[in-house]
Amino acid sequence: MHPFNYHAPASLKDAQSAKGGDVKYLAGGQSLLAAMKLRLSSPSDLVDLAGIAELRGIKADASAVTIGAMCTHAEVAASRDVASRIPALAALAGGIGDRQVRNRGTLGGALANNDPAADYPAAVLGLGATVITSKRKISADEYFTGLYETVLEPREIITAVSFPVPKKAAYEKFRNPASRFALVGVFVAQAASGPRVAVTGAGGAGVFRVAEMEAALAKRWAPEAVSGIAVDSSDLNGDIHASAEYRAHLVAVLAGRAVAAAG
Amino acid sequence: MGISVSMTVNGKSVTAEVEPRTLLAAFLRETLALTGTHVGCDTAQCGACTVLVDGRSVKSCNMLAVQARGAAVTTIEGLAPPEGLHPMQAAFKRHHGLQCGFCTPGMVLSAVELASRAKPPTEAEIREALDGNFCRCTGYQNIVKAVKAGLADMGGAK
Repeated sequence: MHPFNYHAPASLKDAQSAKGGDVKYLAGGQSLLAAMKLRLSSPSDLVDLAGIAELRGIKADASAVTIGAMCTHAEVAASRDVASRIPALAALAGGIGDRQVRNRGTLGGALANNDPAADYPAAVLGLGATVITSKRKISADEYFTGLYETVLEPREIITAVSFPVPKKAAYEKFRNPASRFALVGVFVAQAASGPRVAVTGAGGAGVFRVAEMEAALAKRWAPEAVSGIAVDSSDLNGDIHASAEYRAHLVAVLAGRAVAAAG
Repeated sequence: MGISVSMTVNGKSVTAEVEPRTLLAAFLRETLALTGTHVGCDTAQCGACTVLVDGRSVKSCNMLAVQARGAAVTTIEGLAPPEGLHPMQAAFKRHHGLQCGFCTPGMVLSAVELASRAKPPTEAEIREALDGNFCRCTGYQNIVKAVKAGLADMGGAK
């Protein structure tokens, strides 16, 4: 990778005001360092968020689970607070990448990166979570804007994500066997506001909701309500791993399985 | 450009001046000459470069040396006692859990991390836990046998 200046601030304030032109924030580094090795990303200044205590920790009450941005996937997967309130979220975190990746990769890093095949965006959108940053609170429906694109501004840092506790939820993923990323992943939730269905891995513009499935689930929460709903493949990704048509088929199959798993 | 990095590697304090872009794998192999940590794919997929950082398995080709500042790092060289083998290494030898041996340091360290679990893992859990370690020779059968036996021996040694 190209050389860079390294900064290790101890506070959020220092991280926001770190000197440098092209600043990138380093969380767990499981995507960013790989991109830097390939010279797809070459920041002049890398600001390591690992030393900032306020970005860590998991808080939970009856209505929401709030997870610090620097919590690793392994920490979320092992958290009793998460597992008891939103077991689908704990299971999703425990299925990201592989064990070594889960020991380093973080919630905030995954959301800032917004890989179109990442798992966490499906949970954030599917649960209607709130992304809390150094500047504001952003609803999941506004946060994701495209492939690797979000509404985050330069120097805006995710500090935590607040997940409302759903009545029930489940995530079903069809893994790419080589990369472990989602070929398609579907997160379904019976939220306070009604059913939500979020799809990752398939969308040409990243994670998206399926309004027709949500309407069907509002009438009747059953696998058959969604498994027959065809998703338009013209908006989906096709690549060497799966055609857009195959992904469209998987969305309906996995949505049905997720509803069944949620119970 | 250099930045001073201090950490504990295999129980010994080390301090060195490195460029910030130095990967932990390169720091271990080139600065400390601990070449037991193998670099296979260099893209964080194969797991040959797995080491333990504060007891947690990580792929050292996908972590900067500066990110390990203040941490306790264990490489394959730090597992065995001065004489003989660590129980997990002995189990890999006994069960023929390797052929070419290139993936073995990462496999062994990944397996050792499993000893920190509350309950001994089942065979299915061992396979799931080794998801991030590739072996292109053995077909994994004997690796799984070795990990199971090694974990039992580690429990017995406590």
